[in-house]
Amino acid sequence: MTAPAVMMGPDGRSLTVIGLLRSPTLLRAAYPILGVSGLLGLWWLGGEVIAGNPDTAAFSDFAPGPAFAALGEMLLDGSILEAVVPSLLRVGLGLLWAIVIGLPLGILIGRVPAFRDATHIPFQFLRMVSPLSWMPIAVMTFNTWDAAIVFLITAAAIWPVTFATANGLRKVDPAWFKVARNLGARGWHMLMHIIMPAIAQDVLTGVRLALGVAWIVLVPAEYLGVTSGLGYAINDARDILEYDRLAALVVTIGVLGFALDSICLTLIRRYSWVRG
Amino acid sequence: MTDHGAHILIDTVTHRYRAKSAVVLDAIRVEIQPGQALAIIGRSGCGKSTLLHIIAGLIRPAMGGIYVDGTRINGPSPKWIMMFQQPSLYPWMTVGQNVALGMKFAGTGYSKAKPRVEELLDLVHLGDYINTNVQDLSGGQQQRVALARSLCTSPEVLLLDEPFSALDAFTRAALRRDVRAIAKDLGITLVLVTHDIDEAVIMADRALVMDANPGRVRADTMIDLPDPRHPADPAVKAERERLMGLFEGTAGLAMDPIQTLPDDEIPDHAMPDTLPRAAGLT
Ligand SMILES: Nc1ncnc2c1ncn2[C@@H]1O[C@H](COP(=O)(O)OP(=O)(O)OP(=O)(O)O)[C@@H](O)[C@H]1O
Ligand SMILES: [Mg+2]
Repeated sequence: MTAPAVMMGPDGRSLTVIGLLRSPTLLRAAYPILGVSGLLGLWWLGGEVIAGNPDTAAFSDFAPGPAFAALGEMLLDGSILEAVVPSLLRVGLGLLWAIVIGLPLGILIGRVPAFRDATHIPFQFLRMVSPLSWMPIAVMTFNTWDAAIVFLITAAAIWPVTFATANGLRKVDPAWFKVARNLGARGWHMLMHIIMPAIAQDVLTGVRLALGVAWIVLVPAEYLGVTSGLGYAINDARDILEYDRLAALVVTIGVLGFALDSICLTLIRRYSWVRG
Repeated sequence: MTDHGAHILIDTVTHRYRAKSAVVLDAIRVEIQPGQALAIIGRSGCGKSTLLHIIAGLIRPAMGGIYVDGTRINGPSPKWIMMFQQPSLYPWMTVGQNVALGMKFAGTGYSKAKPRVEELLDLVHLGDYINTNVQDLSGGQQQRVALARSLCTSPEVLLLDEPFSALDAFTRAALRRDVRAIAKDLGITLVLVTHDIDEAVIMADRALVMDANPGRVRADTMIDLPDPRHPADPAVKAERERLMGLFEGTAGLAMDPIQTLPDDEIPDHAMPDTLPRAAGLT
């Protein structure tokens, strides 16, 4: 930074009023508020346009006013919680499987060149197949819809975890392994004290990406079969033409996704040893 | 702590990195006495680091072997520790946890290892830094932590690969003095790879001068100086000149190694490739 954040008076003391107005903290809070207000404004404007056009007036409940009213109702009567809990469970389980399978896979790719070479093409191929295209197979293979949905989420989330782990491992300073080997580290010690902490940040970044993909796959996956969850609730609201509830659900999905992402970000900061 | 360093025998080690590639080390045969400080000097690429990795058990030689106290080694061990130009501390651990790592791998928990960690940090003049993040230390302080970490498992041999070359002159001078004093104190056998003749004269009891392509021992000479050694001391300066002469000799292109050395300065074990194979073996 070249420009001083706080102006200095002639006697060397800071001019606090000017300083406050130019405070970077205040500015930092101002921009996000501006952005969120902009989004709400656009939403409101869209609602007005829809309401003003006789062809689309039936959808006018999409506007922020009715949507937030519906959200309040749904929070009170517990129907939001009813939709959110099964969805969170499915995403959580899918993510857990993605980590349980993807992490060792990534370590193998990063540490065993033969494994990396053998799996490169198959994995890149599988990664490029939209997870939703496994839907028919998942439905045939698994006994319950729930299991099929968890499988689809796993299929989507596993690649970011795997590749982030492998990538993190490739960046690790080889001298760290040499020193640890010299100090007597074998198998388990090497994994727990050297490899895992060294790649923790990369793995968590992979998990964060995976969560984003899982959250996106969740809703379309829940359109089918199941009778619970956010995707089901959206479909249901559309079928009974309750557009205010539909909009409230969309807001819920966005807010929850944002919250989950923030948790990941906090974890990344917590386990990161990289100096920014 | 260690009360004796190990005896090391480099038994006719020949090494190439791949079956068809050039010979990096050619029939190196050196015996190092317990507690001796040996410097290996040579031009870049003559195989010094390779030789040190082989002694540490981090690389298997293509031919020959390393014997530590008469036992052939077949892998790395906390009893012979190597230190590198970079300290390679683990940034997710504190100074104390870094130092305790070798003990942790041996099954000793941090709280039990702590008294020894504190003792070692005092030894390297970093007593107040046990809970510091290693990323907050200067390069010289980091290298001191790496030294304490290397000493934590009570090694019998310390192998240093240009450990001070990334440091400023003051820090380097202090560390040279300290490492030699610590090694002598603990009786550890020291093998030091360096580009720097001064470093060899200040730190070593004996110097090997190596030739490149293929790596061979060109000269093997004792550095007989009292401690402490100061760079400005005339005796130290004279040794430096003498070593420089030997070193320049190795740079000569077609010179016969015997002719580059005054006769009285060639130790009888100076030319491993001219010695009978079994000499010095027990
Ligand atoms: N991992 C490796 N694979 C193949 N060749 C190698 C490897 N490491 C070193 N070499 C080759 O072996 C020779 C000796 O290398 P080495 O690193 O031992 O030299 P050095 O004396 O330590 O050099 P410097 O003073 O520059 O550190 C060099 O020709 C180098 O190219
Ligand atoms: Mg080297």
